[in-house]
Amino acid sequence: MRLQKATRFALYAVMELASSSEHYVSAAEVATKYGISLNHLAKVLRTLGRSGLVEASRGVGGGYRFVANAKRTTLLQIIQLFENIDPITAGEREPGDSTEAGLMLKRVLEEIEDTARATLSSISLDTMIKMTRRQAEHRTKGTDRRQPATLAR
Amino acid sequence: MHTGASRAVEIHRARKADLPTIIAVDERVTRLPKTDYWRDLFDRFSEREQGRAIFVAEIDGNVVGFAIGEVRAWEFGSPPCGWIFALGVEPEFRERGIGSLLFDALTSFFRSCGVGTVRTMLRREDHLIMSFFRSQGLMAGPFIELEKDISE
Repeated sequence: MRLQKATRFALYAVMELASSSEHYVSAAEVATKYGISLNHLAKVLRTLGRSGLVEASRGVGGGYRFVANAKRTTLLQIIQLFENIDPITAGEREPGDSTEAGLMLKRVLEEIEDTARATLSSISLDTMIKMTRRQAEHRTKGTDRRQPATLAR
Repeated sequence: MHTGASRAVEIHRARKADLPTIIAVDERVTRLPKTDYWRDLFDRFSEREQGRAIFVAEIDGNVVGFAIGEVRAWEFGSPPCGWIFALGVEPEFRERGIGSLLFDALTSFFRSCGVGTVRTMLRREDHLIMSFFRSQGLMAGPFIELEKDISE
């Protein structure tokens, strides 16, 4: 499963903001940390602001702050602000869909989608932040058993 | 003894006298009465049995939650692993860390039995309990559950 750029930027941004929700964080700080375009991130933050997840403050010491409940906000909710991951049955009909093979293919793809949705809807922002911290601790100690491929090289 | 947000929470191995309350809590949580199942389970999970445990959480002497688990080995080709079969907390006592204390008690028990992995199985649509286990750090494991409707 590959998420669109805007979705990934949004997830990075809300994780960063929710990690320090007591103060404002500038978009530039987030963009620098994750190596992403400030312009693109600004658009993403506007969408997050309209959704009520973050609020902006102008001026010195301003920036963005996470204002929702991190324990009640799931990855799925954030992703759905930027891309549609509705079940395949909700999409347009394609040639072959009503054939026996098409119906069986739909069932197999639905199985994958159901699992993906269940995973994304079960992980709250708070849990994601905790898991990220745990992973960082394990990596510091050299005890991470699930190193990303790029780090394992 | 662990201290909760407001009142002290005590976690201990379940006693025979706790069984009716465990059954009642489970019924309120799952909305399904399973008296025979629990009585049978309790008999099999007595403290004499190695690798099996039922823990309860008490506040002011009242059971408000439970967790049950067992070390199982080599089923489905899996090396020894601690399975959590059920974990429930009275709705009015949730969000006080009681589920985490029960989870910690079971994982400590599993560690004392020499296993280094804890596992459970959940309904995909059971978002509440799945979110709880996610918050404890559980991720998808190396197994996948398959089933087939074989009714006529």
